[in-house]
Amino acid sequence: MERLLEIKNLKTSFFTHVGEVKAVRGVSFHLDKGEALGIVGESGSGKSITMMSVMRLLADNGKIVDGEIWFNGRDLVKLSENEMQKIRGNEIGMIFQDPMTSLNPVLTIGDQLTEPLLKHKKMPKDKAIERAIEMLRLVGIPSPEKRIKQYPHEFSGGMRQRVMIAMALINEPKLLIADEPTTALDVTIQAQILELMKELKQKINTSIILITHDLGVVADVCNRINVMYGGLIVETGRTTDIFYNPKHPYTWGRLRSVPNPKTLVKERLKPIDGQPPDLLKPPAGCPFAPRCDYAMRVCMTHMPPLFEVGEQHKAACWLNHPDAPKVEAPVGRRHV
Amino acid sequence: MLNYIIKRLVASIVTLWVIATATFFLMHAIPGGPFDTEKPLPPQIKANLEEKFGLNKPLSEQYMMYMKNLLKGDLGPSLKYEGRTVNDIIAYSFPTSAKLGIVTVICSLLLGTYLGVTAALNQGKWQDQLVMVIATLGVTVPSFVLATFLIYVFAVKLSLLPAIGFEGPEYYVMPVMALGGYSLSFIARLTRSSLLDVIRQDYIRTAKAKGLSRNTVIYKHALRNALIPIVTYLGPLTAGILTGSFVIEKIFGIPGLGREFVTGIYNRDYSMIMGLTVFDSFLLITFNFIVDILYAIIDPRIKLEA
Ligand SMILES: Nc1ncnc2c1ncn2[C@@H]1O[C@H](COP(=O)(O)OP(=O)(O)O)[C@@H](O)[C@H]1O
Ligand SMILES: [Mg+2]
Repeated sequence: MERLLEIKNLKTSFFTHVGEVKAVRGVSFHLDKGEALGIVGESGSGKSITMMSVMRLLADNGKIVDGEIWFNGRDLVKLSENEMQKIRGNEIGMIFQDPMTSLNPVLTIGDQLTEPLLKHKKMPKDKAIERAIEMLRLVGIPSPEKRIKQYPHEFSGGMRQRVMIAMALINEPKLLIADEPTTALDVTIQAQILELMKELKQKINTSIILITHDLGVVADVCNRINVMYGGLIVETGRTTDIFYNPKHPYTWGRLRSVPNPKTLVKERLKPIDGQPPDLLKPPAGCPFAPRCDYAMRVCMTHMPPLFEVGEQHKAACWLNHPDAPKVEAPVGRRHV
Repeated sequence: MLNYIIKRLVASIVTLWVIATATFFLMHAIPGGPFDTEKPLPPQIKANLEEKFGLNKPLSEQYMMYMKNLLKGDLGPSLKYEGRTVNDIIAYSFPTSAKLGIVTVICSLLLGTYLGVTAALNQGKWQDQLVMVIATLGVTVPSFVLATFLIYVFAVKLSLLPAIGFEGPEYYVMPVMALGGYSLSFIARLTRSSLLDVIRQDYIRTAKAKGLSRNTVIYKHALRNALIPIVTYLGPLTAGILTGSFVIEKIFGIPGLGREFVTGIYNRDYSMIMGLTVFDSFLLITFNFIVDILYAIIDPRIKLEA
């Protein structure tokens, strides 16, 4: 398969008056063309910042301190702002968590929707409007000819997220980054939006990176999953690996707090006790160790490497060391 | 929309009537009258004058008379200026105040937003600090101090600008600066804080994620949202400045409306006070109305419904 994105040892920090916040602390992963990759982890684990680094849209105090981001044969870290502008909204589209605030309240949907076409494709205005209407129809917005003249406040949350998807995909980008696209929506709408993303992935032939704190959301859409914690990837594997044969205690904890994706029956949500690591002074050892029921002495002092535990399956946990005691995973859906 | 306009018109007329009535009775409640001079007039002459202007009639009757004329747009004769009506005086001095006012409003609006945008886009840098110093001075220094300072520097020391009068473009410079200093500073601060707030919004991130240039993001996506609070301030500002500033007109010897108003109060020129109050209120109401419509144009979420 052809490689679309390859991130090597990405480190991103924010420089604040209290010190350097190490939000992403050495993340490496890849995405092939046509794949859908999930990034899962609790709030603050560095999911958004990883992808905002790819977009090169960090806040003014944020900086990529190390690493490479190879996209379609180019290292995005090295590109100028002008070159990045040609990639954003053209080769990479992005949608965000809150559709209620992600659209500009004073501009019409049509105005906002046609912007990527006018900017990147230099399309004449009337052609762009035609294309925008077509795109709105594709994302399932009824009477698009009328809706295109309206303003965001005239749309419901679900409809706005459809508009956001239309806008992100209007130039048929090679990659769509969706940062918690359903978190702010009702459960029934969530399912519709995920369904739409799956459908458009085929039609437009784009790859997807789906960020979420909810493992249930990725199960259905993604073929591979990165689990992030404390600015690091702690486990990565095919969706089946993560759900049926998880190898990191943090993943176990997350799986326990997910409703069963197949039956959608809400099991008892069991949050993991304790606090995430302080990114101003990240621990020397495994960032999850202080909250981990299985922590050993080595976990406190030495950062575990990503152990190969399967064909495409890796986990950064000392339990996977050949000399470690054998522990039975308390979860995993082997028997489902 | 039409419904809204009609409702607003009715409300405006009621407001004007309340203001006129309150002013009428308050004014008459103040001790002293237009013909009380230092050297008392002979009783016969005073009686004749009061007779001539109807001041000897019962207050309620005077009030009815005044309202009847007001409905026709007739503000009555001045009690002090022989043979001139209040309408004449407004027609003579309002254009002067208005010309000065319009220039001031436009200058402070353009320069104020420009400074505010510059400050916000350079947050924390020297440009920002400079603008904030200017803006803080502008809102704290009273206009008469600023006017005196300007005259001292530009007229007395440098002899660059005329200190007194209102005859050509060069006469505008100092009054506009003195009159607009406050609003310019206010608008600059408001623009700055508003824009800083807007560029943190999610839709700005969306605009950037589309690959738009920095200028498009700022001037198309951010500024329009940032200007919404400034539009609100524009109504009272314009009305206030257009009706003339007594202090500024006095210092620079400008024959405007502000000067007439204060002279009128001092003289107990009842019809002048009434007329100018009604006229100022009329301007204020009109500009607030225009601003509300502007508001709905700039922000589509606002619905013009009564
Ligand atoms: N502008 C910023 N300044 C300082 N710290 C930041 C900034 N933006 C994000 N962070 C920190 O980076 C960490 C990762 O954030 P993020 O990637 O947004 O988490 P999430 O996994 O919830 O998407 C968080 O601890 C957050 O506090
Ligand atoms: Mg996030």
